[in-house]
Amino acid sequence: MQTPGYYRVEGPYLRLQGQLCCRCNAKQFPPNPTCRGCGSTQFDSCNLSGNGIVASFSEIGSPPAGHSYPFIAALVTLAEGMTIAAQLTDIEPEHVKIGMKVEMTTRRISETGPEGCLIYGYKFRPRHDCL
Amino acid sequence: MRDVFIVGVGQTKVGEHWGLGLRELGAEAILAALGDAGEHRTDALFVGNMLSGQLSGQENLATMLADATGLLPIEAVKIEAACGSGGAAVRAAMLAVAAGAAETAIALGVEKMTDVMPDVVTAALATASDHEYEAGFGLSFVGMAALIMQRFLHETGRSHDAFAPFIVNAHRNAMTNEHAMFHLSITPEQFSRSPLVASPMGLLDVAPVCDGAAAILVCSRDAIKPHHKPVRIAGSAIATDTISLGARKRMTWLQAAETSAAKAFQVAKLTPSDIDVAEPHDAFTIMTALTLEASGFAKPGTVLDMANAGAFAPDGDLPICTFGGLKARGHPVGASGTYQIVEACRQLRGDAGKNQIAGAKRAFAQSIGGHGAVAVSHILEA
Amino acid sequence: MKPDRAVGVWGYGAYVPRFRIRSQQIAEVWRPKGAASPPVLQKSVPSYDEDAITMAIDAARTAVRRSKVELASIGGIWVGTESKPYAVKPTATLVAAALGLPGQILSADIEFACKAGSLAMQMAVAGVGSGMLESAVAIGVDAAQARPSDILEYTAACGAAAFVLGPAAGAMAVIDETLSYSTNTPDFFRREGAAYPQHGGRFTEEPGYFHHTLTASRMFLEKTGTTAADYRYAIFHQPIPKLVERAAKALGFSQGQIEPGFCAKAMGNAYAGSSGLALAAVFDIAKPGEKVFCCGYGSGAGSDVFGFTVTDQIEERRDKQTVASYLANAVNLPGYGHYLRLTGAIRM
Repeated sequence: MQTPGYYRVEGPYLRLQGQLCCRCNAKQFPPNPTCRGCGSTQFDSCNLSGNGIVASFSEIGSPPAGHSYPFIAALVTLAEGMTIAAQLTDIEPEHVKIGMKVEMTTRRISETGPEGCLIYGYKFRPRHDCL
Repeated sequence: MRDVFIVGVGQTKVGEHWGLGLRELGAEAILAALGDAGEHRTDALFVGNMLSGQLSGQENLATMLADATGLLPIEAVKIEAACGSGGAAVRAAMLAVAAGAAETAIALGVEKMTDVMPDVVTAALATASDHEYEAGFGLSFVGMAALIMQRFLHETGRSHDAFAPFIVNAHRNAMTNEHAMFHLSITPEQFSRSPLVASPMGLLDVAPVCDGAAAILVCSRDAIKPHHKPVRIAGSAIATDTISLGARKRMTWLQAAETSAAKAFQVAKLTPSDIDVAEPHDAFTIMTALTLEASGFAKPGTVLDMANAGAFAPDGDLPICTFGGLKARGHPVGASGTYQIVEACRQLRGDAGKNQIAGAKRAFAQSIGGHGAVAVSHILEA
Repeated sequence: MKPDRAVGVWGYGAYVPRFRIRSQQIAEVWRPKGAASPPVLQKSVPSYDEDAITMAIDAARTAVRRSKVELASIGGIWVGTESKPYAVKPTATLVAAALGLPGQILSADIEFACKAGSLAMQMAVAGVGSGMLESAVAIGVDAAQARPSDILEYTAACGAAAFVLGPAAGAMAVIDETLSYSTNTPDFFRREGAAYPQHGGRFTEEPGYFHHTLTASRMFLEKTGTTAADYRYAIFHQPIPKLVERAAKALGFSQGQIEPGFCAKAMGNAYAGSSGLALAAVFDIAKPGEKVFCCGYGSGAGSDVFGFTVTDQIEERRDKQTVASYLANAVNLPGYGHYLRLTGAIRM
């Protein structure tokens, strides 16, 4: 992802900025031009809490170039109801359980080379009160 | 719309073709399909392909292939639906003839995956998912399939080992397919022990990276010649679902597969029980299982039991992956959908050699893009 | 230095990554048996997806949450660090975006080696105290660059501390006074483009650490008319424990006063995060009315001194997420190779 592409997703990537549908009040994340619930195109902005539970996970045997092991892909169901894809961090793969509580943390996702743009975004870690 | 028939089929061997690029692979399959039909020209060319731009630096692919095969100045376009591109090209060719815009047309699926390093291929395959909210986080295509399987195992309480029959079957069938990439039988024990790729999937859950091209020539009833062995496209439908896995209503149900299969059956005026042979999109063992259930070949929750009881073997109720499937024949991603049609067509012509399913009259083929984000279903009738 | 209007700390937050490498694991690679013991038991190590920016964001989120101030009221953000991922491009704006701070904001990165964090706090005091800003965020953070085989490898660690400052009325700790003393003393530095810093060995002690720490502290005590006995807690920058103990002793502070803030023993030196983390550890336990003495030191060189008086608001502004809880949440790395992998020291 190059700089302008990253700049566009900064709100969602850095602070889980989502949409609040003006018509049906549903919260939506990631942002979408239309509301998946009612089709409206009018939204206010809202920041999600960052709390969620692990809906599925997978330990990846060969992390992508530029990433390190352990690389844990996951689907996280957020407190607001939607499910999103993200990496898990700060946890060993053998300790991950479907249903465990996690919270959003901002981490370095990737870089476009040693002289390129750094991409920061959300990952999920075990919730602090269950360390 | 008028009826459309397949009268020519051609395919290259699937494998790591160090000496052949997109041009050579595509031309071989196109010329083979034309030759099989005894034809030299066609009215239109639809090329199914996912990765030519990213991996070969080549877009405008259909033009390039029309040029390579002496078919200029015909209508030619590239059709892209991720790993369902091959199936989508078949539908596009069918629609051109059905609508009367062409008397004959070629659907080609072609993919060249081995010119670049593996991590470049991995990154390119991930473009089938949501770039900003899946691939952008380093989540690979294989990783997303693993998430579905992990969730499935959690919901059903089944074990990974229960998926072994799909791999045993595919590899056994490929042994007698000269075009298959692998001629290697796999035992259930080998399946259980295969090295971690993305938990819970091992190496043997995943179709290979490879090169290949397959083509069919379709035509109207009026254009059928006496020497042809026509197979009718009885049903054809495409349906879509959310691009990102998280947005699905249920992450372990492939709604697009269900919808497109149902629509194809409706058009064909047939039901799943009418099908003699099926070519599902077995890119991952979990996809094989879920697409068979979604398409109506197994009641939800029963597909693994059916597989373990031999239902999908050549002598079972519904033989699948009869030439090896994506797993053992190979999965040159944008081409697989056309390989499925070529293989199904050979079954219905009685031309399948050692892989023949006796008395096969109706076949079902399903080509899927993304993780069930787009599903292309075809029903063929002898 | 005293601003026109009194300023206080409204919220604070800390972050220490979970990985640790024990000094013995480093010594086994570089030192013969029988060599002198390293100065600390272990140090914190960032995970491969962590850096100064991610740690700053984490600590700042905690501080802002605890402060309960409106985001819209935050008019300034300063991030002090010597391990900025971007040599040119502010960390502060990225942190501001992650926090959701308003666009109309004074944001800047500060560099003054290990006292960049305390300097950030002084900037925030000036901003709020002058009435220019309603509230401001000050962060000290580092993921320090450690040259393999060098003595500093044992202590160059990582961590972040963040503070939200606002008017004194309603704050959890009032800033009574602050003072800054600096000279041009090149005891430790890193050239543009160099991967690791250079240091002057023993030159960093007397002309560096002690001269500035003791001079600034004495100036501060004189200015405020206080002595060591007036303070319940004393914090010093913590390159190694021995230096802290000697500085404290020279100024008349006891072991009991410095112990609560002595994070370095468990985690090494968080550089620009060091004195801030110690301050956060003290805020975790301080009682209303208690006074805190805090002297940061940065090579190059200089010291910043603060005097705080804790208020009765302190209980409302802290919770279970203490510095001790971060220090306890420790995972020991299996070996030196894992440490090199995480810190990006292996050329690939």
